[in-house]
Amino acid sequence: MENLIEIDNLTFSRSGRIIYDDISLRIQKGKTTAIMGPSGIGKTTMLRLMGGQLTPDSGEIKYKGESIPKMRRNRLFEVRRQMSMLFQSGALFTDMTVFDNVAFPLREHTKLPESVIHTVVMLKLQAVGLRGAAELMPAELSGGMARRAALARAIALDPELIMYDEPFAGQDPISMGVLVKLIKALNDALQLTSVVVTHDVTEVLTIADYIYILAEKKVIGSGTPEQIKNSDSELVQQFLQGKADGPVPFHFPASSTAQAFLGGDL
Amino acid sequence: MNWLANIGASTIERVVMFGRATLMLFGALVAKPQPLKMLPLTIKQLYVVGVQSLLIIVVSGLFIGMVMALQGYTILVGYGAEGSLGPMVALSLLRELGPVVTALLFAGRAGSALTAEIGLMKATEQLSSLEMMAVDPLRRVIAPRLWAGVISMPMLAIIFSAVGIIGGHLVGVDWLGVDEGSYWSIMQATVEWDKDVMNGVIKSIVFAFVITWIATFKGYDSIPTSEGISKATTETVVFSSLAVLGLDFILTALMFGIE
Amino acid sequence: MKSRKAELLVGLFVVLTIAAGLILALKVANQSISSSADTYTLYAKFDNIGGLKARSAVKVGGVTVGRVDSITLDNEDFTPIVAMSISKEFQKFPETSSVAILTSGLLGEQYIGFQPGFAIDGIENLVDGNYIQDTKSALVLEDLIGQFLFGNND
Repeated sequence: MENLIEIDNLTFSRSGRIIYDDISLRIQKGKTTAIMGPSGIGKTTMLRLMGGQLTPDSGEIKYKGESIPKMRRNRLFEVRRQMSMLFQSGALFTDMTVFDNVAFPLREHTKLPESVIHTVVMLKLQAVGLRGAAELMPAELSGGMARRAALARAIALDPELIMYDEPFAGQDPISMGVLVKLIKALNDALQLTSVVVTHDVTEVLTIADYIYILAEKKVIGSGTPEQIKNSDSELVQQFLQGKADGPVPFHFPASSTAQAFLGGDL
Repeated sequence: MNWLANIGASTIERVVMFGRATLMLFGALVAKPQPLKMLPLTIKQLYVVGVQSLLIIVVSGLFIGMVMALQGYTILVGYGAEGSLGPMVALSLLRELGPVVTALLFAGRAGSALTAEIGLMKATEQLSSLEMMAVDPLRRVIAPRLWAGVISMPMLAIIFSAVGIIGGHLVGVDWLGVDEGSYWSIMQATVEWDKDVMNGVIKSIVFAFVITWIATFKGYDSIPTSEGISKATTETVVFSSLAVLGLDFILTALMFGIE
Repeated sequence: MKSRKAELLVGLFVVLTIAAGLILALKVANQSISSSADTYTLYAKFDNIGGLKARSAVKVGGVTVGRVDSITLDNEDFTPIVAMSISKEFQKFPETSSVAILTSGLLGEQYIGFQPGFAIDGIENLVDGNYIQDTKSALVLEDLIGQFLFGNND
């Protein structure tokens, strides 16, 4: 299977704190890959590294065999036209209508006449079920609708790769179901490659073709949903079943309880 | 010796910040120009930055002109020189109050809004998402705002001065009874286009540049949290007001101080 | 449409600025004689320039025809030399013209009063770089008072 993105021996640290320590990932073309892990381990950072917004300390990130950190700015911008990212907040431009938001990448990067842009935008909005909301401002949309509008914008230029940053976070069950269905449908219909970063276990198990679980700066488990479910790693099982305590401790590292509560003379 | 280290560290921090600000400016302005895309964006920002500041500028200009006339009259009438009210009002406005007060109001009205807007765009990942869409936020977001600021503030300063002179006329001539002919004619005999009017315009172009630079940079460089944005907004107003007053002294010394 | 309204208001903003600029240009400021292009320079030596400054006016019968460009001191006879830039509009002043340093009002600013001489045959006109021979220095109030008090008459 062909890999769209290959990450090798990646190390990344921010303000002196190591976030990734020597990890390697493969994103297969045309598949949905999920990157999971507990909050605060820098899953979004992984997407930013793939998009070239951050540069790793060491290691290699290759997009179609070409190193992203080594790209010159112009080349990076060309490559980014083939990718798009769905941000957690949607990141719709608040000073434009939904229509103009979706039309934005088309107007920026193509010279299509306005009538064609209108048709394309309406098709994309139809795909996410928001054709009726074209003239609303982003502030008038609910969280789930904003994310769908942002998804319409993300697919406006028919990218090869979509990166979803926590698409399910903070959504009600219905919106979540809609988004799961959309991501699946887009992947099947457009032959997209998707990277989904999330910690919502059940949703991911239904849409992902391949799963990486990150924790403690490392990849602690990877495989198809079946393999992951049957993993014998304690860490993976703790994450999947949401146990409060386990290899990932409930307590933030601290001095021993005896010392803290009994005056420390034991 | 700790304080020495602190001074050193904060100095380095300032220099680094200045470097970042210059890089931002460079990235925003020194790029291949795309007038077809820039023009509509700049016009939109002219509306936000310029037109929306118009009311406060006109009202302040009117009142400052009226106060100047009132104050000036009570001083000048003691020397029997109330005929010089016109040049006094006009010169103070054109040389000093027009550019400076406009700049201070502009920093408070438009500068803070710019910082907050850009900071919020950063916080809501709009800047990141522009980057991921292969659109340079420096050119798309920062550059039109810089241009709009630099263009609109001298315009506002000219309006401010003109309205102020009319306000002076209202109080001086219509209310206090200074002769209308001498108000205008002595003013016209004293005020010089290139020396007084143009120097005022040059001042306000410099102020405009500094304020919009500070405002856009503070927004672009802000920590994208509510606390960070509020701090950045405050800093915009404080820094740009101080910069305006300091620069005003330097510019005045260069323009009018040396015989 | 929203952007159309913005464009309209920005247009009005520009119109308003132009109007304000016109008020300043026509009602408030005088178009001062610009410094380089259409002026020529005359020189005059005075014994005492009093309070004359660079950019003081040069007037003929009350009409401003130019400005004092610079004031320097002659290093040989230690008298001040005043350079005046006169507008090209006003040419053909005869060589016999005289200049005096006058004061507008009792406490007003000092300016140069330019008195054109009579043009007779054989008298040439003043041209760029010429010196005006006939000059009257500034009246210094202290000197006048001294003369008055001590009857310093011949």
